[in-house]
Amino acid sequence: MVSSGALPDPSFLFAQALSGLTAAMFLFLIAAGLSLIFGVLRVLNFSHGSFYMLGAYLAYQVVQWAATTPGRFWWATIGAALGIAALGGVVERLLLRHLYAKEELYQLLFTYALVLILGDVAKKLWGTGQLSVSRPPGLTGAVELFGTRLPYYNLFILLLGPAIALAFWIVLHRTRTGRFIRAAALDREMLGALGVNVTGLYTGVFVIGSFLAGLGGALVTPVKTIVPGMDVEIIVEAFIVVVIGGLGSFWGTFLGSIVYGQVLSFGILIFPRFSIFSVFALMAMMLIVRPWGLLGRPLR
Amino acid sequence: MLEVRDVRKAFDGFQAVGGVTLGVARGQIAAIIGPNGAGKTTFFNLVTGHLRPDAGVVILNGRDITGLAPHDVCRLGMGRSFQRTNIFPRLTVFENVQAAFISHRGRGLSFFARVEGLYRDETYAVLESVGLQDKAGEVSGFLSHGNQKQLELGIALASEPELLLLDEPTAGMSATETRETIRLIERITRDRGLTLLFTEHDMEVVFSIAQRISVLHQGRLIAEGAPAEVRSDPEVRRVYLGERAR
Amino acid sequence: MIARLARVPWGPVVMVAALFVPALGSRFYTFVATDVVIMGLFAVSLNLLIGYTGLVSFGHAAYFGIGAYTTGILMKKLGVPFVLAFPAAGLGAGLAALVFGFFCVRLTKIYFAMLTLAFAQIVWAICFKWNDVTGGEQGMPEIPYPALDWMQRLPFFGDFRASDHFYLVTVVLVALCFWVLRRIVGSPFGRLLTTIRENPERAEFIGVSVRRYELIAFVIAGIFAGLAGGLFGIFNRGVFPDFAYWTKSSEVLIMTLLGGMGSFWGPAVGALVLLVLNQQITSYTEYWPFVLGTVLIVILFAFPGGIVGALAAGVTRLRMRHA
Repeated sequence: MVSSGALPDPSFLFAQALSGLTAAMFLFLIAAGLSLIFGVLRVLNFSHGSFYMLGAYLAYQVVQWAATTPGRFWWATIGAALGIAALGGVVERLLLRHLYAKEELYQLLFTYALVLILGDVAKKLWGTGQLSVSRPPGLTGAVELFGTRLPYYNLFILLLGPAIALAFWIVLHRTRTGRFIRAAALDREMLGALGVNVTGLYTGVFVIGSFLAGLGGALVTPVKTIVPGMDVEIIVEAFIVVVIGGLGSFWGTFLGSIVYGQVLSFGILIFPRFSIFSVFALMAMMLIVRPWGLLGRPLR
Repeated sequence: MLEVRDVRKAFDGFQAVGGVTLGVARGQIAAIIGPNGAGKTTFFNLVTGHLRPDAGVVILNGRDITGLAPHDVCRLGMGRSFQRTNIFPRLTVFENVQAAFISHRGRGLSFFARVEGLYRDETYAVLESVGLQDKAGEVSGFLSHGNQKQLELGIALASEPELLLLDEPTAGMSATETRETIRLIERITRDRGLTLLFTEHDMEVVFSIAQRISVLHQGRLIAEGAPAEVRSDPEVRRVYLGERAR
Repeated sequence: MIARLARVPWGPVVMVAALFVPALGSRFYTFVATDVVIMGLFAVSLNLLIGYTGLVSFGHAAYFGIGAYTTGILMKKLGVPFVLAFPAAGLGAGLAALVFGFFCVRLTKIYFAMLTLAFAQIVWAICFKWNDVTGGEQGMPEIPYPALDWMQRLPFFGDFRASDHFYLVTVVLVALCFWVLRRIVGSPFGRLLTTIRENPERAEFIGVSVRRYELIAFVIAGIFAGLAGGLFGIFNRGVFPDFAYWTKSSEVLIMTLLGGMGSFWGPAVGALVLLVLNQQITSYTEYWPFVLGTVLIVILFAFPGGIVGALAAGVTRLRMRHA
């Protein structure tokens, strides 16, 4: 706790900032997918959190099956991410696609229905207990940094987050597909008129977003226990992040994740009683003052 | 009646309307023409309050209405139709026009009166003048394109405007429909003593009824005056060369 | 025959019939009926926003919760009689709706929805944390029943239990609320709300100040949600923070969709079906969310007009066949 009168211990502050950053990177993986899907498909995908949770459960399952296979954590992670990507593809192609012509409310409620269904599916398959996955061998242990102990795995996440962000940015801005995706976000009719397969693009975007969600879920397993309810917890946080950063803005999502991570980290210290209040107050204020977020495009 | 001075509007650096000055006298029929993308609809949006001009003033009957919200501009006596049909699709034809009367006559904040039959006579009068009285009970979303345009006009008329702005009233119509629509518009304007400002693509339409024509190109006014003047203006001919009039 | 059936004023008929549920003698039926009647009002109030004005609110439970806490605090902590505490619920919720709505109507579509959600979560957080006033996480158990002894003097209804008497009061009050809402919806104001739903841009250009009308609708919807909440707190024998939680908002949203947003009574029908379904399913299995999700998907894909919408379409088809 912060002691009154004296300056807070700098290494303690650093530790808090680091933990906030780590949380932010996981959040970024989820929020990036959410933001991408919203930017292109104009759907606020509630089930994104469920994909994250299923990614975690799936990774856990693969680790169990692979028993003592070397590198099983990495196989599990990739497997889970691909599995969830496939699930996303199926959902989009078979179900969501038919709702595009209908009002937005229907699409939203559909994704909510998925949350209900997938949550119970997870409950049926893996029960309600807490599950966990140990850190991959090679990333156990920690490093001493400015007086705090930073686990190697967390360091890996702190490096992976920006790496994925950068890779994403390169794809979005330097490849043809990326250009199509950005164009679809701006004017899908025009893009269709130009002969681009917009329907396929939509499926692709949903699949990529789901991949990121599944990846995030798989990667978080050594750090957080897998429990029912983690789907709702993460999606609420992801909402707040994309609102702060700007719905549909890529760097906005990155920035928003970092801001949110720090607010959470330090907010709990300063106002322990009001942390749940403060994040929603932050979200409300953002929507009132600057609905398009820090880096989004103004609405009118 | 309407005076627009040097209005400008830019979107992300693209100058959609760059300093247009234009005036319409009471009782006049004026037209704005120009190729696609010339800024006609943007100009209309600036006049009616749907967009706020970056610079310039819009004056209606001597009153500065620049930047006023659309609902306020409407209450000051301006009616408008839209290029893309803009009706209330799930309401019936009758209800569409009735709603405009309810709003215009100030009964909008009445919470306990019954709405069926309110302003029935006035609504039917308008429906008759636009030729839709037989379709009063039909759901407007299912009407043909031409009928929907007639309804558009009816809704605009129900706001009992003095100045009527019509954005491409004959867009998407066949030659016959176009002629009928123009005759209808002309008759209504005459009967009600309206001032009319409309934008159009179709040159025949414009030259047949407009008393004064302004030509817009890339957001700027390149010619203005009586039909004969405009027709023979070299600038206008240059801009339209290659675009044969219908 | 069909035409004659369709002309029956089902709403008032059902409300009068509802008065006789306690005569069936089962505490359980009365319990469920009270729940249905109150949630029916809650859902119909939301539909003023969604079905009539086209405003999708994800945070309607905020006003339900505020209404419940207002009545609860007044009656339990300050001993205020029900006859004052009940309207106070509407007043409190209405004021909150005025403040929150002022900001919300400045936004559209998804941003509007998210701000309504954010405000509702703020209300929940306040109820959750403000231990002194709201009882915090534990809520406020044991809200007293209103003084209903006078009802024992009524013919036929006098011999019922206290909970039955409260149920009857609820039916009468909710019927009154339905009547008021029905009048509002059928008024010139109600008609202009539908123009906003259909085409807000055009509504502006027939002289409708869309923001102002939306705010008024928001406040009215909030008032009636608050009244429903006030009743619910007493019925539930306790007021708890989760009355304002987003799951409550999603519950009432699903009821509205299930019953049908396109008609006045649709949401009430949705409330009935959802609550009865919930009762039945949860006695067999713990996987109610799975069932709910599936039902929701079926509605979204096969019956977008909800139950009432599907019935109305069926009636039209029958009429055409017999024409």
